[in-house]
Amino acid sequence: MVALKYLPEIEKGAAMLTRLANPARFMRVSGVVLPWVGVAAAGMLALGLVWSLLLAPPDYQQGESVRIMFIHVPSAWMALSVYLFIAIASAVALVWRHPLAEIAAQAAAPVGAGFTLVCLATGSLWGRPMWGAWWVWDARLTSVLVLFFLYLGYIALVNAFDDGSRGARAGSLLALVGIVNLPIIKFSVDWWNTLHQPASVLRLGGPSIDISLLLPLLVMGAGFALLFLWLLLLRMRTALNEKKVRALSLYGQPASRGEDSDAKLPAARSGVAVKL
Amino acid sequence: MTNAIESWFAMGGYAGFVWPAYGVTAAVLGGLALFSWRRHRRSGDTLARLQRQLGTRD
Repeated sequence: MVALKYLPEIEKGAAMLTRLANPARFMRVSGVVLPWVGVAAAGMLALGLVWSLLLAPPDYQQGESVRIMFIHVPSAWMALSVYLFIAIASAVALVWRHPLAEIAAQAAAPVGAGFTLVCLATGSLWGRPMWGAWWVWDARLTSVLVLFFLYLGYIALVNAFDDGSRGARAGSLLALVGIVNLPIIKFSVDWWNTLHQPASVLRLGGPSIDISLLLPLLVMGAGFALLFLWLLLLRMRTALNEKKVRALSLYGQPASRGEDSDAKLPAARSGVAVKL
Repeated sequence: MTNAIESWFAMGGYAGFVWPAYGVTAAVLGGLALFSWRRHRRSGDTLARLQRQLGTRD
């Protein structure tokens, strides 16, 4: 009975989400927001770089090699977060058939793969001086490598079908199944013996890392997150543009000058395909 | 002054690990940004040209 009282609010919220997720409205809003997100990302990354490479003190145990942490850890955060984003968008696409959800998931996938690659490469370059090995087949490193292959598998699967909607459906299912890998990555350092150190920021009892290293880490993390947002909006806009181009070149015929173009272009003017 | 810059580049003996790590990051993320930006601009240009040819606005 109590829930009924909130029903109008819930409906209002759902209606707002639907309005925002309308492709035409998305193009308008994202067009305005995009440059600001880009400037914010560039500024945050510049500040993060100066702080990481110049201002932050060397670690008392790891010396200057600790500077690799400022890119390794945020890229690991993003590798996991972007995958979670893709899985949620895939669930929305499968359940509600929302037109923007699949576009969002597919736009995010190469960015997530990029962050995972950065995480693996910088981890290797940090592991060599600290552990004496470029790579070890332990639980944390192996599960992140599996995450990288999940990204590649998702991208390959989505593009493997001539019928785009079937590829998108198959990709959504793969993204949802692959979500079991996320808790394995997060807790691998607690569940198994590993060379990799346990969490020092997101842990019970607060961060154990010193504030002089934590602050640049968080700034770099915010910079990576803003960069992801910028890339996501940019790539979603690209996908919508390309969809529209395909629709127009399939259904539209070039109008000859001096004639009523409306009469010559029934599909291009009123067709659902053109309106996406 | 030159010593300060030199010792900064040396990264306490870890130069061979710190600089490649930042280099890989810049190459991967910068490459993604550049590629995505160019493809976005191209898609917008193609769409605008097509709409001009067809005389449609939406």
